[in-house]
Amino acid sequence: MTAVPAQDEKPIPETAHLRRARRPRLPSWVGLALPPLLISLGILAAWQIIVDHFELRAQILPSPIRIVTAGWSQADIIWGHALATLQVTAVGFTAALVVAWIIAVAVDFSPWLRRGIMPLLVASQTIPVIAIAPLMIIWFGFGLLPKVIVVALVTFFPVTVGLIEGFAKTDREAGALLSSMGAGRWKLFRYARLPSALPSFFTALRISIVYAVTGAIFSEYVGAKSGLGIYMSMQKNAFRTDLVLAAVAVTAVVSITLYLSTFLVERLVIPWASKERRARRGH
Amino acid sequence: MAIEAKTPKIEIVDVHKQFAVPGGERQVVDGVSFEVNRGEFVAVIGPSGCGKSTLFNIMAGLEEPTSGELKVDGADAIGVRENVAYMPQKDLLFPWRTIAENCALGLEVQGVWKLEARKRARDLFATFGLSGFEDSHPFELSGGMRQRAALLRTVVQGRDILLLDEPFGALDSLTRIEMQNWLQGVWAKHEWTAVMITHDIREAIYLADRVIVLSARPTSVRLNVEIDLPRPRELSVITSPEFAAIEEQLIETLHEESRKALELQGTLL
Ligand SMILES: Nc1ncnc2c1ncn2[C@@H]1O[C@H](COP(=O)(O)OP(=O)(O)O)[C@@H](O)[C@H]1O
Ligand SMILES: [Mg+2]
Repeated sequence: MTAVPAQDEKPIPETAHLRRARRPRLPSWVGLALPPLLISLGILAAWQIIVDHFELRAQILPSPIRIVTAGWSQADIIWGHALATLQVTAVGFTAALVVAWIIAVAVDFSPWLRRGIMPLLVASQTIPVIAIAPLMIIWFGFGLLPKVIVVALVTFFPVTVGLIEGFAKTDREAGALLSSMGAGRWKLFRYARLPSALPSFFTALRISIVYAVTGAIFSEYVGAKSGLGIYMSMQKNAFRTDLVLAAVAVTAVVSITLYLSTFLVERLVIPWASKERRARRGH
Repeated sequence: MAIEAKTPKIEIVDVHKQFAVPGGERQVVDGVSFEVNRGEFVAVIGPSGCGKSTLFNIMAGLEEPTSGELKVDGADAIGVRENVAYMPQKDLLFPWRTIAENCALGLEVQGVWKLEARKRARDLFATFGLSGFEDSHPFELSGGMRQRAALLRTVVQGRDILLLDEPFGALDSLTRIEMQNWLQGVWAKHEWTAVMITHDIREAIYLADRVIVLSARPTSVRLNVEIDLPRPRELSVITSPEFAAIEEQLIETLHEESRKALELQGTLL
């Protein structure tokens, strides 16, 4: 009597799995990494040929090979500056995350705060960092603090907005369901709004972590004891274009690594999100 | 204890509900009264937009009526959420939770210890035809299975009254018939008091002990029909003359109201 019809029970992953198994393919990261690598190699090759052919001076435009050899000869020094930059980035970004979560959660719980704070948030983004960074040094000196503030200032906004919009993405009817179960505002947040917001949070995190590195270097450029920013500034003054560009290359590698690591963290924290995306595509 | 056997489980007396909308008041529920007895399965049909979900929200304690009475076991139940487990129109299974975790949600929210809640949910998986899918995620299940999981999540809360808002509305017709057949079977074994919204007249007659037909908005009860078909009901009951007679009566009233609802849409507000 309680026999259950079985006809409609076709779980998606099994069919998706079969489909994938039938045609063997390269691991997906190879397919993702290969095109940009090939294009970069092409550009570097063309650059090298042009510099060699027109015999451009290294001060104007050093060749890629020259950048690498010059950079390599100063690898220890550059590494030391890169660590300093990473430290500023990490501390500043962590501060930004803490501030963003506090603001976003507060705003989510209080419509009054939302109306009060949102305009201020937007206003904070109209502050020209170029003007504020030198002032920071006047106020707080050459230590970690002014740089951390600059990094936090340029990164907390996208994360805050990502979180606020993520909370708002929660299915409205989930609220009715949870209230009928007896949930109050806090449980609604914990069981529905918070998990709903996490995918948006990670998207915002990805964007802003790249800003964080740029922000750190900018703040160092204005004045610092160490860091890739001040290193670039010094090498520029010494007309060592090759070393400036070597530092730029290191910056790019650092940014890309941080960017990619957000995917890893996302997989660890919300494994369901990527599974869901794949299941959707499998349809 | 003190509750007499004769006291209806749910009493709705002259309930009115209006919403403030830009430019005035929108009258949605207009003097609805009916009763639901213990262990009874009542189906509610009415034109779309007539106020069925609004009525459910009132019964679930999520909204308060503008006027009128709602009683459960003879006691005032306006704004009370503890009596009712509610299954919304969408399955609303959370993608970040496994099926077992989703089904345990209500118990967890009510403060039952996580593992205990999940164990209680798991114990029902066989009955609901979900064995083996405890640790799957909702997006890995078919529509019919998701709907059964949503129903499990409702039932496992152990509340006295189940409110089902178009539980099979999103399913294709074949899956739907299978689900109705299945629900019929599960029902026979339990003493659940349930009210189900549907817009499928056959579903209403096939499953319910009583069918209530609501009018177009502002809604009131147009018909309150006892379904005397013997249980357990086979699928073939649909072709019996008794079934056809009830169906005809309901179709006529419902279509009349649907036409009114359509005209109403033309007049806006
Ligand atoms: N909170 C609300 N504010 C204003 N109007 C509402 C609100 N909730 C429902 N309504 C209106 O009440 C009517 C009935 O809605 P609903 O109960 O969802 O209908 P049904 O479930 O029968 O399709 C609709 O016209 C809808 O626009
Ligand atoms: Mg509805």
